[in-house]
Amino acid sequence: MKNKGEIYRISGPVVIITGLNTKMYDVVKVGNEGLMGEVIGIEGDKSTVQVYEETSGVRPGEPVENTGMSLSVELGPGLLESIYDGIQRPLPVLKEKMGDFIKRGVSANGLSREKEWDFVPMIKKGDKLNGGDIIGTVQETKNIEHRILVPPAISGTVSEIKKGKFKVDEVICTLADGKTLTMMQKWPVRKPRPVSKKLTPSTPLITGQRILDGMFPVAKGGTAAIPGPFGSGKTVTQQQLAKWSDTEIVVYIGCGERGNEMADVLYEFPEIKDPKTGRPLMERTVLIANTSNMPVAAREASVYTGITIAEYYRDMGYDVSLMADSTSRWAEAMREISSRLEEMPGEEGYPAYLAARLSEFYERAGKVKALSGKDGSITVIGAVSPPGGDFSEPITQNTLRIVKVFWALDAKLAQRRHFPSINWLNSYSLYTKALGPWYDEHVSPDWVKLRNDAMELLQKESELQEIVQLVGSDALPEDQQLTLEVARMIREYFLQQNAYHEVDTFCPMDKQFKLLKSIMSWGDKAHNALDGGAPIEDIMKLKSKDDLAKVKYEKEFDTALGVILKTMEDEFAKLRGK
Amino acid sequence: MTKEYKTISQIAGPLIFVEKTEPVGYNELVNINLPDGTTKRGQVLDTSNDIVVVQVFEGTGGLNRDCGVRFTGETIKLPVSKDLLGRILSGAGEPLDGGPRIVPEDRIEITGAAINPYARLPPKDFIQTGISTIDGMNTLVRGQKLPIFSGSGLPHNEIALQIARQARVRGSNEPFAVVFAAMGITNEEAQYFMSDFERTGALERAVVFLNLADDPAVERLITPRLALTAAEYLAYEHDMHVLVILTDITNYCEALRQMGAAREEVPGRRGYPGYMYTDLASLYERAGVVKGRKGSVTQFSILSMPGDDITHPIPDLSGYITEGQIVISRELHRKGIYPPVNVLPSLSRLMNSGIGATRTREDHKAVSDQCYAAYAEGKDLRGLVAIVGKDALSERDKKFLEFADMFEDRFVRQGIDENRDIETTLGIGWELLAELPEAQLTRIDNKYIQKYHPAHKAKQE
Ligand SMILES: Nc1ncnc2c1ncn2[C@@H]1O[C@H](COP(=O)(O)OP(=O)(O)O)[C@@H](O)[C@H]1O
Ligand SMILES: [Mg+2]
Repeated sequence: MKNKGEIYRISGPVVIITGLNTKMYDVVKVGNEGLMGEVIGIEGDKSTVQVYEETSGVRPGEPVENTGMSLSVELGPGLLESIYDGIQRPLPVLKEKMGDFIKRGVSANGLSREKEWDFVPMIKKGDKLNGGDIIGTVQETKNIEHRILVPPAISGTVSEIKKGKFKVDEVICTLADGKTLTMMQKWPVRKPRPVSKKLTPSTPLITGQRILDGMFPVAKGGTAAIPGPFGSGKTVTQQQLAKWSDTEIVVYIGCGERGNEMADVLYEFPEIKDPKTGRPLMERTVLIANTSNMPVAAREASVYTGITIAEYYRDMGYDVSLMADSTSRWAEAMREISSRLEEMPGEEGYPAYLAARLSEFYERAGKVKALSGKDGSITVIGAVSPPGGDFSEPITQNTLRIVKVFWALDAKLAQRRHFPSINWLNSYSLYTKALGPWYDEHVSPDWVKLRNDAMELLQKESELQEIVQLVGSDALPEDQQLTLEVARMIREYFLQQNAYHEVDTFCPMDKQFKLLKSIMSWGDKAHNALDGGAPIEDIMKLKSKDDLAKVKYEKEFDTALGVILKTMEDEFAKLRGK
Repeated sequence: MTKEYKTISQIAGPLIFVEKTEPVGYNELVNINLPDGTTKRGQVLDTSNDIVVVQVFEGTGGLNRDCGVRFTGETIKLPVSKDLLGRILSGAGEPLDGGPRIVPEDRIEITGAAINPYARLPPKDFIQTGISTIDGMNTLVRGQKLPIFSGSGLPHNEIALQIARQARVRGSNEPFAVVFAAMGITNEEAQYFMSDFERTGALERAVVFLNLADDPAVERLITPRLALTAAEYLAYEHDMHVLVILTDITNYCEALRQMGAAREEVPGRRGYPGYMYTDLASLYERAGVVKGRKGSVTQFSILSMPGDDITHPIPDLSGYITEGQIVISRELHRKGIYPPVNVLPSLSRLMNSGIGATRTREDHKAVSDQCYAAYAEGKDLRGLVAIVGKDALSERDKKFLEFADMFEDRFVRQGIDENRDIETTLGIGWELLAELPEAQLTRIDNKYIQKYHPAHKAKQE
């Protein structure tokens, strides 16, 4: 067998080739146009290849060539602000080369070979280097310093180190054994990048979304899933996370979803400012867009491309968050390929290795000590799109076995425009305990109790609602009617958050705390007043209650809340006086 | 002339298997010559040195192993020119109107390449359809794909036609060109569309593709692709704004299922192919606006939900791809309300970018959100009233209950030729909201209440 073979059979994205010496996951160039593909099965002298481009018109007998390389991404300065397809081809370059529509047979480097970067070395001649060490920096965007890393498998003594402007493929460092380093390295996407050790997550990812930060937080380095039927808010939530999360780097993967949604992100992110740095969000973001109508094999690869880029920034010592919308489309891509291979199907036609692939992916999240000695993290948040909104299907179930946070979207809530439509009774976070100390120190020692009280109230509400369904609310004792009202206030004034409202779209921790505390304290005062004999009708009519409804929209929140709290004092004092 | 093979080894359902060919391209167009002199067309689904699998669009009826098979060496293309406008073609693209063949300016591959997401312009131009439940609550914008989820016997055709007649981008008078593709609908339904197009003069700026119920099912797999190719051509080469109506998506999916079964594929959910999501996406995603091009493709397709079940794979997978859905309700229809749009499960995902101060009106979003919340609450209370009676409701709850009734009667209900502008729609919304206690309007900023609430507005004037 040799390095050139030919096509034997074509069925959609799956091509069978003969006469070529291959290894699993080798990248091959298929047909006269050299379409990019990856070996995913070998039997006898035939290899099965998934092709990342459209295969119409390709014929048996056309040549196939083996590159001998695994599917890899290029890592180096220039990743940020990029938008790639599933196999790291920059979409702007594709547009330039083939126009507005994605044609095929065009390759494009992940990183520009033209652009020069100002390299500042941190090491000197004679230094001993190990894999993962930082040899210098490049200011990649205004706020992000790109740390140039020694590729994991390389070590040696520095014989020469340069300084100044270089392109990513120019040598900046030479080792005593003659090995050379550039600012760019390649890494096979299906293989996790090595770390020194895994650490336990202990800091929350602050997202500015009240129901997430307040009720079901995810830790930096943790994993979360957000399953829900169509239209329930997966994408909006993922985009909110990409906008407002307090990580230094964001990798957003649009995996098998809508083209217009990606266009939206592309138009919005350069305009929106990161609340922490004041810089455009795009400067910390890498986008991967392999929409539903783009080739399905590249969709399968997109998730790996994304997580590998995330690992690379983690290795520099950054906190990275990665959103994958939607992991179900990734799983379906696996299913499509698998069924073309005529593999033995598992549950609902998904391949038997589905669960393993999902857990391997989420396993690449985590807080770590990188080879460089720095701490970094990847938080992974996966959207799941269960058919018919039924959470008992295989992707949701397999995902829930792995992730630590479950944000359960609820179509009923979405229908009445309760956003985010995350069901507060079904969702959970397994991090709340571990994060307790952080809240005590950074928010308030009262926070954890406050949140638990609010959750308890909501739980109580759902029990009372069952009774209301039988007898009507007027038949409930007055104190229970009041409990229902306070629960409604928590739902509507605190949990509801409009992603499209200029102020409410992002809510800092401190504001979350004050808002919830004010609502709960209104509730306490109201119950006291009721116990003291105040009529419930009067309590329900208090202006301070209505004012609390809209205070979250105020630009000058603290001032506005101050006024309301004063009104509240006065009103309850008056009720007592009666 | 390409070579003719007489090597059909097997015929199974809509598929033929051809042996001992020279290399044949994947997806290639195939001509099959029958002994009686007629020709059928097909497409290569699987190709290897040993055997080529072809799906035959006109069905395999009348075929035998003596038929001659010619591989054309190219994938399926649609001849296009501006003269497509006003024409009626078959589901396979042949003239049905007795007119001449299209003299092509170009021949375009019907699979359609994906728009590079980087080349897209986010759609944002508000299309006024004149229907309150759409304009007010589920706004359509140019370049959107927003299907109607309906059921058998419901007036989805009336609604689609009302939209085709009334749809305008405000401030521009350019009419839409309409591309209409029928897939497996009855002759009577097709006639209903055709006569309305004729009556209103829309036919002159329409291209019609007809695959009717008694036409071959496999042909349905190419009909929408022909239609979308025509639409893209008119939009991107001739700067037109094109409204594409595909009906009925469900018939398309049934054809897809039939093909899958014929190929003995492992079925996905409820017998539909595992790749149905990807396949449907290759249709729906062909809507949009492209940077630097003047035209646009908007899709307003019709999908009848088998058993009125929105979780059925056809509406379900569609809803995961389209930018929302307009859901028609049998319950409202029974109550005699037209158009019977149930706004609660309906959604327009692009609404937020199409409305607001510069596009419709500053209070649009707030009014819509508040109507949603109030109507949802009122509808819930109907269930409660059925159990405990109206008297057990609090005063507040009674108001919401009444709101739901008024909303259906005045906001949802309108005439089949009633074309409401957006101000009228929002005005009705405010009149209804004004019946609720003002403190309950928690979704609306005070400044809008001051400005638009009838009680305050009256004071100002
Ligand atoms: N937090 C939110 N605030 C306001 N609107 C929201 C929010 N979340 C979802 N929506 C609304 O719901 C629609 C559907 O949300 P989306 O995230 O696209 O759903 P999914 O991805 O689950 O199909 C959006 O277009 C938007 O109108
Ligand atoms: Mg989504």
